[in-house]
Amino acid sequence: MAKLNINGRIVEVDVEDDTPLLWVIREHVGLTGTKYGCGVAQCGACTVHVDGVATRSCVLPISAVEESEKIVTIEGLGAEKPHPVQQAWAELDVAQCGYCQVGMIMAASSLLAQNPNPSDADIRAEMTNICRCGTYGRVLAGVKLAAERMRG
Amino acid sequence: MSTISSLPAVSRRGFLGGGAAMAGAFAFGFSFPLPGRAVAQQAAREVNAWVVIQPDETVIIRIARVEMGQGSLTGLAQLAAEELDCDWDKVRFELVKPMANRSRDKVWKDLSTGGSRAIRGSQDYVRMGGATARAMLVEAAAQGWGVPASECRVSKGVISHPASSRSTTYGAVAGAANAIIPPTDITLKDPEDWTIAGQPLKRIDTMDKLNGSLVYGMDISMPDMLVAIPKACPVHGGKLKSFDAAAVSGMRGVKHVIKVDDETVAVVADTFWRAKTALDALPIEWDEGENARVSSADIAKMLREGLTADTPYVGNRVGDAKATLGGAARVIEADYSFPYQNHAPMEVLSATVRWTPERCEMWGPTQVPDAALDTLASAAGLPPEKCEVHVMRIGGSFGRRLFTDYVRMATLIAKQVPGAPVKMMWTREEDMVQGRFHPVTQCRLRAALDADGEVEALHMRISGQSIMAYMRPNIMTENGDPIMFQGLMPGGAEMAIGYSFPNLLIDHAMRNPHVRPGPWRGVNLNQNAVYLECFIDEIAAATGQDPLALRRKLMKNHPKHLAVLEAAAKGIGWDTPPEKGRARGLAQIMGFGSYVAAAAEVSVTNGELRIHRIVAATNPGYVVNPQQVDAQISGSFVYGLSAMLHGECTVKDGRIEQENFDSYTVMRLDEMPDVEVISMPSGGFWGGVGEPTIAVAAPAVLNAVFAATGKRVRNLPLKNADLNMS
Ligand code: FES
Ligand code: FES
Repeated sequence: MAKLNINGRIVEVDVEDDTPLLWVIREHVGLTGTKYGCGVAQCGACTVHVDGVATRSCVLPISAVEESEKIVTIEGLGAEKPHPVQQAWAELDVAQCGYCQVGMIMAASSLLAQNPNPSDADIRAEMTNICRCGTYGRVLAGVKLAAERMRG
Repeated sequence: MSTISSLPAVSRRGFLGGGAAMAGAFAFGFSFPLPGRAVAQQAAREVNAWVVIQPDETVIIRIARVEMGQGSLTGLAQLAAEELDCDWDKVRFELVKPMANRSRDKVWKDLSTGGSRAIRGSQDYVRMGGATARAMLVEAAAQGWGVPASECRVSKGVISHPASSRSTTYGAVAGAANAIIPPTDITLKDPEDWTIAGQPLKRIDTMDKLNGSLVYGMDISMPDMLVAIPKACPVHGGKLKSFDAAAVSGMRGVKHVIKVDDETVAVVADTFWRAKTALDALPIEWDEGENARVSSADIAKMLREGLTADTPYVGNRVGDAKATLGGAARVIEADYSFPYQNHAPMEVLSATVRWTPERCEMWGPTQVPDAALDTLASAAGLPPEKCEVHVMRIGGSFGRRLFTDYVRMATLIAKQVPGAPVKMMWTREEDMVQGRFHPVTQCRLRAALDADGEVEALHMRISGQSIMAYMRPNIMTENGDPIMFQGLMPGGAEMAIGYSFPNLLIDHAMRNPHVRPGPWRGVNLNQNAVYLECFIDEIAAATGQDPLALRRKLMKNHPKHLAVLEAAAKGIGWDTPPEKGRARGLAQIMGFGSYVAAAAEVSVTNGELRIHRIVAATNPGYVVNPQQVDAQISGSFVYGLSAMLHGECTVKDGRIEQENFDSYTVMRLDEMPDVEVISMPSGGFWGGVGEPTIAVAAPAVLNAVFAATGKRVRNLPLKNADLNMS
């Protein structure tokens, strides 16, 4: 039995040690906002926060996750009120198919927590998630808008 | 709020798919909507097939084309709402299911979505649906008041009769409106008068994409559901010889190891990870067949032979190009090639099927709901009346789900596990290897120049793979595949060439390798635009002409093609030199009924290409949502430039070598150029938006690369070229 802290809730799951956090979140905890895109840490669709840091959950075995580590998924990020990144995304109509966007939003919110005033170059370097619909232009604009709002 | 309302219980009205989305509301929250929410809870009243109005004034517009990110869902809702004169803030949507379409005599016509046709292929009857509903609602109100309908007015869903100062609402008369005989003498609005259509409105299906609550096919969950992961012979056309189920059947969670069909095995387990772990451990033997040793080099050789082969299929002929080339003062010649590409949508293939001897249902993404229903029924061994496809929004598709191979596969698996919902999920690796690939082609171009450098003749020989020969043999003509010549046809409203040459020959030698091809966003326009537009640039360079000046000369009989090119050139500032170290390139083409052009500005430093800016101009006739057209163009450039820069699926030992994004590299934010979109709808025709512009990004950049380096990259992707200046 592994114990996890997901979105502020302690959950117990009975899974094999090598099960990636992604599949624990999706299939055992039942939160499907976090997506599978590649399974090899390439695309970022599976991004969650582990103690605030954007983490690709598809390659993180559950055995490497401690109960003390706070995992936040998209369902937890905007639970109380929409995160400024989500608001910026809505305002700029960033999403196309939307499949990559949860990962994008998790990556962007973590980036802004660490760097409240990122330059274009910072954003281009840090946001390495894949979007096959090609929303990159609006993602860039969305991060900047959210940063502006968060700085107040 | 979410498609979950149809999972698994069929919503009360049977034919309603999907859920209703809030327009404008920012409804975030942790909770998932309950089944049957929104649509089914009120006595929703159907005015006609397209419009349902609830007593609380919610307007539900039925969407009969598939939404996979392209935004047509919102565009179609705008068109219907425009004619309906309803309050846009009250608009929700529902996705139409194919069984409903079938049982109502195809009242929603063709549900399939491809070829950039979602809007242009249905705008007339969708608008008519909205306009007819409006007329019926007004007539119902007028009859209630005993006044002529012509004396009534409508604004935002409120019907008034000014003469008697009475008013009512759509919601109040919707029930009575349903009984009104639909009028047939309706005139649609002039697009000049549009107030909802034509506006840069936000999508109405966004909110659940931002909080993770949108249930995609991959996310479906049902009580007692099992997960199946298939693996097919990696060499297309090969067979499954044997597998050792006993080696994995004791692994935790594994329920079944199944032969799906002659080429596929699947592990069925309680979760994805357990199914995948068992599948990876499953000993499988393949009979790889005659293509087991084929490599990319073999395929290239096969295509090269086609560059000079006789008896090709002629797509466009003017005068006698071959004779002119034979006697020309000067001939320039170049060979190009375009590799296999995988669609690689972010959401891999999946389908959830529940089969019993009496009924079979599928929940899952498809671009062709009607065909998916047929496939489901035939694989299930049941009449379509006992089947249903629950249509879903898709996490990207780009053409891959025009095929229903995976629907058949999921059904054959579910049939072996009667009664249980089985979610078949592909791994990214399976999705990459079992794609329906952008076909491979090569092209030899030869131009005859007279003593003054004027083009007397052009011969363009395309050699390579036909999508339709594999996908739809029934539309092949006796000579070949008519869609090979996208963008190169003599005329017509769909894909006409924008140049006039005194002598012209464009022909195709079909060479079909065993790798399965499919329509990939832009289809054959992608390579045709690279071949033609880069070679026009080669002619300009060989004759010392400015690429724009040469095109102006050759395009004078093609004003619509030229207009978008001029706009893109002006946008990039073609008349003034770029800043030092930068260079520019142009390209134009017509496809999917639209005229498109691009101008790119690049720099190459130490062999590294950087694309700074691309200006895109498009004339799609009409624009229903300008900000979504922007998104489509910018997004299609990412897709097209990804292929041009990195995309390449190579074949070794008969199989595709690239299995994931670590080897099939795609563009990310760091490479994204600034994209400026010039939308210049002229009216008078309806062209597509999702695909055409993709084709001009690559040649515009390649031409700019030549301008920057003097190097002509003729074989894609560009990553294989050395851009260092020697
Ligand atoms: S699914 Fe984890 S990075 Fe792609
Ligand atoms: S919005 Fe479709 S993959 Fe990013």
